Amino acid sequence: MSDVNVLPELKQIIGAMLFVSKQPLTLAAMRRTLAQVAEKEGGIYRDFGKATEPLLAAALEELKVELDTRKPGFHVTEVAHGFKLENDVNCGPWLRQLLEKGRTAHLSRPALETLAIIAYRQPATRSEIEAVRGVAVDALIHNLLELQLIKVVGRSELPGKPWQYGTTQAFLEHFGLRAIDDLPGVEELRRMEAEQIKRREAAQAEATLAEDEPAQIETEGKGAPEPESEPIPLDSGLTAGEVDEEDDAADVKKRGQS
Amino acid sequence: MVEEYKVQLEVFEGPLDLLLYLIKKEEVDIYNIPIERVTTQYVQYIELMKMLDLNLAGDFLVMAATLMMIKSRMLLPPEERPELEPEEEDDPRWDLVRQLVEYKKFKDAAIFLEGLEDERDGIFGREGANVALEARPDMALRDVSLFDLLSVFNDALKKISQEDLKEIFAERFTVADKIEAITQRLQREDRLSFASLFTELSSRHEIVCTFLAVLELIRLRQIRAVQDHAFGEIQVTRGDAE
Repeated sequence: MSDVNVLPELKQIIGAMLFVSKQPLTLAAMRRTLAQVAEKEGGIYRDFGKATEPLLAAALEELKVELDTRKPGFHVTEVAHGFKLENDVNCGPWLRQLLEKGRTAHLSRPALETLAIIAYRQPATRSEIEAVRGVAVDALIHNLLELQLIKVVGRSELPGKPWQYGTTQAFLEHFGLRAIDDLPGVEELRRMEAEQIKRREAAQAEATLAEDEPAQIETEGKGAPEPESEPIPLDSGLTAGEVDEEDDAADVKKRGQS
Repeated sequence: MVEEYKVQLEVFEGPLDLLLYLIKKEEVDIYNIPIERVTTQYVQYIELMKMLDLNLAGDFLVMAATLMMIKSRMLLPPEERPELEPEEEDDPRWDLVRQLVEYKKFKDAAIFLEGLEDERDGIFGREGANVALEARPDMALRDVSLFDLLSVFNDALKKISQEDLKEIFAERFTVADKIEAITQRLQREDRLSFASLFTELSSRHEIVCTFLAVLELIRLRQIRAVQDHAFGEIQVTRGDAE
């Protein structure tokens, strides 16, 4: 047992805060708490009040490594812009029994698709989401709101001032994401944009060449996706499969021109 | 007589889902859709859903009309097609292709999210404060799509119209009976093939009842329909709900 009169180490304070906290805890929140205690209590607590975020991050890292080495069945994880303690996933079956949780419910594909559209396009109105899915999403939005995976984040300037939806903290926690930028495609997106510009330039050069030649019979090829006319919006999940499709588009173009 | 069991099934999939499903199933190039073939199949699936009295979104019919329009435009030589807006493409399919490709990206993103969800299946965090989705908010067609099921249903119907058309008096089958029968079969067997539920059936009416029973059981999470790989055989197992 630790003595009440013995000052804890910084990493112990952090560990204790994580232990009692239900929400992911940010470094800023930890620093604020330490500063508040220093001001209120003074004396021996004053030193902790000077802890900077890099210092806290270092202490947290130490704690993280310690837990990872000793493996007490839980670990520190970074999620939803903060840190929290989480059980090791291989202990799940016993916890499920202990907590009397049934099988974890999963979201259906249509719900996940709607959620993905909101996540990448936020703030997104209902009609924007429907434009992508091609079908009414009222019921799905209602369910996602109820599950608190999405929330109303504002109103659009469009006629009728429709609600705009965005993802919540709970969304990040549910999927174990640190931030929205963790979703795939954000980085790739920039690369794709650069590629599109390159392709557009190439296409323009080809178009100039084509003018000198007699008309092609294969009109279908001309109708095939030409990024320069209307680029496919790319702020979406660009996984490996997508890259292939972009390649397909290029192939079709080549076929059309050959 | 027993009132017919009405299956209140919301269809959350839309026309684009159906089109992407058909494109994948037929293994055709999304950038070069054989519009005639796909339209025929699309209409066939709509007919099936109508027959089942599913809550069919009007969007399905709008898309059917769009497909027909594209089809008729493609029959015309390019110089005789109606005047286009300046920014419109020569290929009447292009608008649709763009929409499909965009949607496909989000479908892939959804699969990524699903993977994350699976990884975190056994994580509960502090005081079990997992963002536990207490009830699945909508129909649990996660493992297979409605269209996968409809495809088997379609095969079963086709078989019967070839073999046996001598349906003289209406047999009395109800969805409720079929629900009972399927549940009992799953007490004895852990896993059965979805198609096998239809093999012994001799009338259209019975097939429809059986199919609706399966949909209802899936919705109630009494059973699960799973598939090992895309377009593989669909298996039916007992579900999560007790």
